[in-house]
Amino acid sequence: MANQSYYVPEQSKWPIVATVGMFIMMYGIASLMVNSSAGESTRGAWITFTVGSLIMVYMLFGWFGNVIKESRAGLYSSQMDRSFRWGMGWFIFSEVMFFAAFFGALFYARVFAIPWLGGEGDKGSTNMLWEGFQAAWPLIHTPDPSVYPPPKSLINPWTLPLFNTILLVTSSVTATFAHHALKRNDRDKVKTWLIATIALALVFLCVQGYEYVHAYRDLNLTLQSGIYGSTFFMLTGFHGVHVILGTIILVVITLRIFKGHFSADNHFGFEAACWYWHFVDVVWLGLFIFVYVI
Amino acid sequence: MGSHAQDHHHGPAKGISRWLFTTNHKDIGSMYLIFSFAMFLIGGAMAMVIRAELFQPGLQIVEPNFFNQMTTMHGLIMVFGAVMPAFVGLANWMLPLMVGAPDMALPRMNNWSFWLLPAAFLMLLSTLFMPGGAPNFGWTFYAPLSTTYGPPSTTFFIFAVHIMGVSSIMGAINVIATILNMRAPGMTLMKMPLFVWTWLITAFLLIAVMPVLAGVVTMMLMDIHFGTSFFDAAGGGDPVLFQHIFWFFGHPEVYIMILPAFGVVSQIIPAFARKPLFGYASMVYAVGAIAILSFLVWAHHMFTVGIPLFGQLFFMYATMLIAVPTGVKVFNWVATMFRGSMTFEAPMLFSVAFVILFTIGGFSGLMLAIAPADFQYHDTYFVVAHFHYVLVPGAIFGIYAAVYYWLPKWTGHMYDEVLAKTHFWMSFVGMNLAFFPMHFLGLAGMPRRIPDYALQFSNFNMISSIGAFMFGLTQLLFLFIVVKCALGGPKAPAKPWEGAEGLEWEVDSPAPYHTFSTPPEIK
Repeated sequence: MANQSYYVPEQSKWPIVATVGMFIMMYGIASLMVNSSAGESTRGAWITFTVGSLIMVYMLFGWFGNVIKESRAGLYSSQMDRSFRWGMGWFIFSEVMFFAAFFGALFYARVFAIPWLGGEGDKGSTNMLWEGFQAAWPLIHTPDPSVYPPPKSLINPWTLPLFNTILLVTSSVTATFAHHALKRNDRDKVKTWLIATIALALVFLCVQGYEYVHAYRDLNLTLQSGIYGSTFFMLTGFHGVHVILGTIILVVITLRIFKGHFSADNHFGFEAACWYWHFVDVVWLGLFIFVYVI
Repeated sequence: MGSHAQDHHHGPAKGISRWLFTTNHKDIGSMYLIFSFAMFLIGGAMAMVIRAELFQPGLQIVEPNFFNQMTTMHGLIMVFGAVMPAFVGLANWMLPLMVGAPDMALPRMNNWSFWLLPAAFLMLLSTLFMPGGAPNFGWTFYAPLSTTYGPPSTTFFIFAVHIMGVSSIMGAINVIATILNMRAPGMTLMKMPLFVWTWLITAFLLIAVMPVLAGVVTMMLMDIHFGTSFFDAAGGGDPVLFQHIFWFFGHPEVYIMILPAFGVVSQIIPAFARKPLFGYASMVYAVGAIAILSFLVWAHHMFTVGIPLFGQLFFMYATMLIAVPTGVKVFNWVATMFRGSMTFEAPMLFSVAFVILFTIGGFSGLMLAIAPADFQYHDTYFVVAHFHYVLVPGAIFGIYAAVYYWLPKWTGHMYDEVLAKTHFWMSFVGMNLAFFPMHFLGLAGMPRRIPDYALQFSNFNMISSIGAFMFGLTQLLFLFIVVKCALGGPKAPAKPWEGAEGLEWEVDSPAPYHTFSTPPEIK
């Protein structure tokens, strides 16, 4: 399987476009945060951020378009395909580690920090900071409610979150059905199952959006309501961002299917999207268990 | 097929577009190395400010707040801007040559990985000119110093770290895909040169911990701007949580900075001892063991912050365990030299110094690993001495050894050996003068990260500053040597080192723009 002709691309402008775009976008978003925290005008920061984001969108269209064109022209060998597989696999692993940091924060707060603040365990003397603070999880009473007003109540896992779990697990199954249909070259079925997957994803996002509004408006469960709210919103929020990203990827893949891209035996772009979608699904299962239920 | 064959035979593009748009691993490797040296000089200039201020007791040159900005930026720039990119540059240049691949596996992404770094450091350095100044909380940016009490520029620092992280993760993915997928036929894993092995494992560490760093700076960002309480006990969080997550990243990070140097030294010592590396397989397993252990020792940085006794014991013993695989490596390097026909060209000088001085740094690390002793050493100059002994004669000497070893391959010229030896001896004397007295200062109780100190520390500090100035100036000599070698000098043969082995010596010097378009056959 030696590389008779491993495709080494020509010079490309996309990496430098991506760098410029990312720099401007990041500078914009950082200025936005600094200026609004300082109570200053955010107009310039918004403009910078928008310009950077537009460059990034232009880059994504251009770079991916470039890769799709090369792939369709048959420039990629099976060895190239393996490079893409390693690349995507390790990228997903890096995402897993990103979520691991937030899960780690959640577990640390529950298992160590809060019991200690409540006077239990090895470092129970920290209870002297807020005497009388009672450790409990979920954290309904924060040590200092004047700074971090606690939530009135929490989201019941067995209502909408359970519904969302069913949605997302089902969407993983429909994505797999689409993949099997593609391998059979049954392209009508591929389209049906992909559209079903996207529909499930969109319903999930709507339910999640409704849940956030409910949490903020009715339950006083916010980012500011102590470590429970912090971990809840950061974990579900980053997961939601990944669902949005995954949905965009699925939409692109679906459009490509409609354009006649991907063959029964050569469709790594499609598979990568499925891998990503399964990853998003697995993270949700972790969230449902450790954030909502337990 | 025909048109691709042509692609492989043309040379580089002309002008600036060659560097902006390149997909060539040699171009990208050179850019990484040049960038990292530029950062090394900037970070080094900051170290000179620090040592100038500490030359005498009392406040002489800078304000305390600016001093803190210098220590912070010096650490961040050296870690993320100098050492890491230098090793990625070496990986870019050498991995495809050493495994017989035409290029890195994902060449366009490779270019993006590089160009993100100047963007990230432009953002980081710009904080020096912002209201409130640059980050001043130390390179470890502990909360709440960096959240509640940090300057406004902290937000820009956070996004700079994000960009560096994106760069590192993509670079690491590229390294793994190259090593696992692009080896020439016949090169099994256990035939890979050790530099390739150490980079494979380093890349795994990078992908595992850079996202955790991204996570912790994101939590900081949320605490600063959006009212979360990750690191605030008033909301049920914990400042110590910051340290746990940071060091879960930070400890593997220190191995990220040293494992490729292990690889370099494992290439060079056999070449100049004219003997095969002693215990190849045990070297591979030792690196693997160090990598695994690196995930289990993070809290040894936190013995004094109030962690349970069980935690102290666990992390103390796990840390000491690392001495075992590290000892295996040092033993093997020494055994490789034993009864070898040794010569001491510059790469070998740096490598031998690496083995001896890194071991000193390792031993002071063992002292710090002892929890009750660490209560005494924590946050003193002893810690500064320790990590500078593993980073300067460890990581940096490893990089210098690699550069001298492969410079003939890169430029096609031999470097000036007399100047290179001068560079080595000046560096060797300078860095020992700079860092050895810090052990005594630390044991005597001088705290780190302060601009002023008690009178009894004066003499050692003055010696240390003189050594630091000497070391710093000497690096300009290195710049001169490399430029001189790039511009001319005696023609280097394909294999300039008699005892060297590996595929990289089978291509011409300088290495043609495209190499191994058809993979070599490995016996």
